[in-house]
Amino acid sequence: MNNTNTLISLRGVTVEYDGVVVLDHLDLDIKDKEFVTLLGPSGCGKTTTLRIIGGFTEPSQGDVFFDGVKINDVPPYKRNVNTVFQRYALFPHLNVYENIEFGLKITKLPEEERKKRIKEMLAMVGLSGFELRRVNQLSGGQQQRVAIARALVNHPRLLLLDEPLGALDLKLRKEMQIELKRIQQQLGITFLYVTHDQEEALTMSDRIVIMKNGEIQQMGTPTDIYNEPINAFVADFIGESNIVDGVMIEDYLVEFGGRRLPCLDGGFGKNVKVDVVIRPEDWEICKPENGQFRGIVKSSVFKGVHYELMVQAPGEEEEWMVHTIENHPVGSEIGLILTPDDIHIMNKMSPEEEAELVSALEADSILEDGEESDEE
Amino acid sequence: MKARIAAAPYLLWAALFIIIPMGLVGWYAITDMDGNLTLDNFSASMRFAPVIGSSVWLAIIATGICLVIAYPLAYMISRKSGIGQRTLILLVMLPMWMNFLLRTYAWMTLLENNGVINRLLGMIGLGPYEMINTPGAVVLGMVYNYLPFMILPLYSVMTKIEPLLIEAATDLGCSPWETMKRVILPLSLPGIATGITMVFVPSVSTFVISVMLGGGSFMLIGDLIEMQFLGNAYNPHLGAALSLVLMAILLLCMVITDMFSNPEEKEGLLL
Ligand SMILES: Nc1ncnc2c1ncn2[C@@H]1O[C@H](COP(=O)(O)OP(=O)(O)OP(=O)(O)O)[C@@H](O)[C@H]1O
Ligand SMILES: [Mg+2]
Repeated sequence: MNNTNTLISLRGVTVEYDGVVVLDHLDLDIKDKEFVTLLGPSGCGKTTTLRIIGGFTEPSQGDVFFDGVKINDVPPYKRNVNTVFQRYALFPHLNVYENIEFGLKITKLPEEERKKRIKEMLAMVGLSGFELRRVNQLSGGQQQRVAIARALVNHPRLLLLDEPLGALDLKLRKEMQIELKRIQQQLGITFLYVTHDQEEALTMSDRIVIMKNGEIQQMGTPTDIYNEPINAFVADFIGESNIVDGVMIEDYLVEFGGRRLPCLDGGFGKNVKVDVVIRPEDWEICKPENGQFRGIVKSSVFKGVHYELMVQAPGEEEEWMVHTIENHPVGSEIGLILTPDDIHIMNKMSPEEEAELVSALEADSILEDGEESDEE
Repeated sequence: MKARIAAAPYLLWAALFIIIPMGLVGWYAITDMDGNLTLDNFSASMRFAPVIGSSVWLAIIATGICLVIAYPLAYMISRKSGIGQRTLILLVMLPMWMNFLLRTYAWMTLLENNGVINRLLGMIGLGPYEMINTPGAVVLGMVYNYLPFMILPLYSVMTKIEPLLIEAATDLGCSPWETMKRVILPLSLPGIATGITMVFVPSVSTFVISVMLGGGSFMLIGDLIEMQFLGNAYNPHLGAALSLVLMAILLLCMVITDMFSNPEEKEGLLL
């Protein structure tokens, strides 16, 4: 983004419900025309952050600025912001066309222009021909697309999207991702996007904000976040990872899984306990005798593009997750190699943080990978 | 087959309490004292057109006032929290637990020339005002007695309007007033129609309120019908014909309100 104007800033925004802190002194700046994604586990405060910006929730502390003007007391209908609500919130007494037209009528846009824009929108969300349908006669995914069209058709300065593609199938979701990104750039609208889908976040965003328990863990470009996660929570959330205990022997030398390997990180001190994160796709597979690690393939699951292997050496504790395009049969022995830039070193998490990560991991594997549960 | 057997008690009930009485009313309406077929009763009814007209007029005014009072009240109640809603609805219904006649008597003593209100006004040097035995007093009696019938159906449709929809309207640029006009009002139309019917029907056919608060100085169609059956003008044939005329008016009113509340036909209602 070559434009450096800040469109929206949150300064120390705190939200409490009955004494429970839901957002904790949040600071966030979003630049004009930027595509920013909020990513984080359920209940971490993503929707609440959007509601603060939309004006539906008042911060108990902190300020919200829009174009440099404080807007804490500006009611939602005077903010140049539109929202795609997580639960759609379509008007049941209006048909598809009238729902999308709703905001344009308020701004008194001429009829001709309204028609043109709505037609474009309907084509974009793939609902041409559905104009006269009542919204309760639509499927969940169709309703979701009407919700997107209803907000986007107004061409606001800032669009808040709360999991706008959650109800769509994979193919349609990919198409809509491309369409949304295209229209965002074409119209120069700033997007603040919420999703659970880390791949979606990585492919669409200019910047990703990882949240947890109402706090921002890390902000950065997708590459930054993916390659340089600041802690194991971020590393795990932004893609599957091997996370193991290690010791930083000295700068650029780490010991984990019984090996000492060179790495690119320094500045932790000597003999400091750290977390070591290795992406499953970073392993290079070789003959057993050539590997830094060697192990037996315990399981192999086809994931569409790649195979996911679990590899363990007899008598060793660590089990490595390895993604590879070539299958290796269960029971065969393979070698594994890492180059220094594949090894990511992180400060150790506190015990509570670790417990949370474990439960998040479990929830993940129950949700997504039900088919693997019988492999042990 | 099963469904028919299950429906039998209802059909019997309907025959006994709806069809037979209706048949009798119809029969009385088209016969004279000697049992000969005639349409005289209906032409006689037409002589009372002014009475019918003023009944309908007062009922319309009372229904309108009820709607104006009940709509914001019901909306306010529907936006309260759970306990708040239940308490306020209880308060709305509380007067209905008192006997209808008693409630209306209470208003008599309040409105009388030397009643409570005039005495209070007298203390600060005003009045006395002629309040009882006026059309205003009759309308007041109708509004007071039938207001809950307007509030309850409105409240019940309004609690079903999700707060999220109101937020969505605000998000799309609606001021509170526009949200009311474009979202809340259209979604509460069915409640408005039910409320209008439930207030208009008893108002147009009432006969106690007008006697007690109107002092019999002017007659409503309900009083007229009552007189034909129980009063000194004994003529059940005319009374039956008048009842049928009243039913026709009510039916017409219900058809009209139904048209407005039907979502498919809502284009007809422009506000
Ligand atoms: N009106 C409310 N009253 C009390 N607690 C609330 C309220 N709204 C949200 N919360 C709490 O605030 C926390 C954050 O909620 P929020 O809706 O922002 O989560 P989220 O990140 O959007 O989650 P999800 O991904 O499941 O939508 C949750 O623990 C939730 O229970
Ligand atoms: Mg949410």
